[in-house]
Amino acid sequence: MDPESTDVNRALMLDGNALAGLMQEIFGVEMTANPAECANCGNVSEMGGLHAYTQAPGAVLRCPACEEVMLTLVQTPDAIYLDARGAAYVKLMRPTSSSQG
Amino acid sequence: MPTPIQWQIATLTAIKTETPTVKSFSLALPQWRPHRAGQHYDVRLTAPDGYQAQRSYSIASAPERAGTIDLGIERIADGEVSTYMHEVLVPGDQVEVRGPIGGYFVWEARQGGPLLLIGGGSGVVPLMSMLRHRHAARSSAPTRLRYSARTYDDLIYREELATLGADSGLEVILTLTRAQPPGWTGYSRRIDRAMLDEVARPLGRAPQVFICGPTLLVEAAANGLAQAGVPASRIRTERFGPSGA
Amino acid sequence: MTERFVSRGFVGKRRDPAAATANRIPPGQHEVKDFPVLSAGPTPRVNLDAWTFTIEGLVRAPVRWTWAELRQLPAQTFVVDIHCVTKWTKLDTRWTGVSVDTLFEHASLDPRAQFVTAWSDGGYTTNMPLPDILTGRAFVAYEYDGRPVAPEHGGPVRFVVPGLYLWKSAKWVRGLRLMEKDKSGFWETRGYNNHGDPWKEQRYTGD
Repeated sequence: MDPESTDVNRALMLDGNALAGLMQEIFGVEMTANPAECANCGNVSEMGGLHAYTQAPGAVLRCPACEEVMLTLVQTPDAIYLDARGAAYVKLMRPTSSSQG
Repeated sequence: MPTPIQWQIATLTAIKTETPTVKSFSLALPQWRPHRAGQHYDVRLTAPDGYQAQRSYSIASAPERAGTIDLGIERIADGEVSTYMHEVLVPGDQVEVRGPIGGYFVWEARQGGPLLLIGGGSGVVPLMSMLRHRHAARSSAPTRLRYSARTYDDLIYREELATLGADSGLEVILTLTRAQPPGWTGYSRRIDRAMLDEVARPLGRAPQVFICGPTLLVEAAANGLAQAGVPASRIRTERFGPSGA
Repeated sequence: MTERFVSRGFVGKRRDPAAATANRIPPGQHEVKDFPVLSAGPTPRVNLDAWTFTIEGLVRAPVRWTWAELRQLPAQTFVVDIHCVTKWTKLDTRWTGVSVDTLFEHASLDPRAQFVTAWSDGGYTTNMPLPDILTGRAFVAYEYDGRPVAPEHGGPVRFVVPGLYLWKSAKWVRGLRLMEKDKSGFWETRGYNNHGDPWKEQRYTGD
């Protein structure tokens, strides 16, 4: 358990929470508490808890259990490409009267 | 109801130097709304030719303070946005921001405890929002903050944490990993399994845990707590990426 | 007409290119002196004892080299400029490795082979027309700047195609597959340009 180990790629990893603003831009609602199922291994995780790699041509969200790619987000001048092939589903909870933004 | 977050132009009202590398930036928001402790704002800079750079910064202030937010920002060497914030901005300047953002790494006093907060370096910023909110809401939920910094001078919010430590049910545990001043009575080693056991045990089997800081530190703490028996579903992490210094 | 907000005193990290190198910077790029690490996933764990590099697909028979065998092939030092689609360019990067032309001397290509997919540990793929990697246009590198290629930069072996955006230079490369039909790779199916010529600014799908 060495916090100073030198896996530079791993050190760049963030949580899905880091993409909360972009996801809210795409989906129109706060997404990080919404669950998604990995198409590869079946693990269900909240979007905010996915493993996020953002220092890349696009943002890559991976399953925290098996590390397979679940979603990618590529921003171009006129569009955002969303690839969700690696997610069996993304569950968008309906807002309740008590939920906040 | 969807809650779109729009960009707005905030006005910088104050800058407070917290440590040699961290400053708090107070921003008055024309469209302020109460945030949840743990959320962040996105900051976007635009150059005259249209080039833009954008980063996310955690809110340090409590949602109970209306109209203005404090962002805690560490100056990263060669950091495009943080060096601008630290070196160019002065009170009165305007900054484009969007938020508040996040629904995963958040705590509200009505959720109660027990609560275990683990922060490394600037990772303490969103945890400070939680503690300030806890104070403002007069919560007595059993809470422990375990905060590690390199040296005494790197402890952000040092005096305020000493004061908050008197709040009912709150214990602040500090560790300095690189150098300790004479007479230091806190921890002086990096997070390890034994330390996690000591810190977590009084909070019972399943505290709500929030861990924030450099990615590798967060991973070490999350793995250690999972090994200590804390259910993974109770652990929320906010990785900040590589450590800045 | 609303004026766009401009942050007082902000110009960003970009520097105007020096006159001597301006014509080496493709459109929309800026020069950097460091070597940014871009990461789309965890670093693959590599066991050099079991590692191989393979040329397969539309060849008479697959050709495979172990790490030791690859190191014994005639090597060269390549000094090339690299251009990342995220807009940074690094000039005069120095690599040591084996030219793709040298590798192909050991393989017998089927005349139907028109495209190639480079594939890597960790599942990454990228694609290009075969001519884009022949006649000195591509190599597999095991050293950068005189030292083994660091894991975060794609070591032990990285594919390098300097004439295309850097996402085509597959890190942790394990093989080249010769194909009759083009097959878009990881980024090409997710919004990036199928070809990726930086001099024509072919960044995104449809450019």
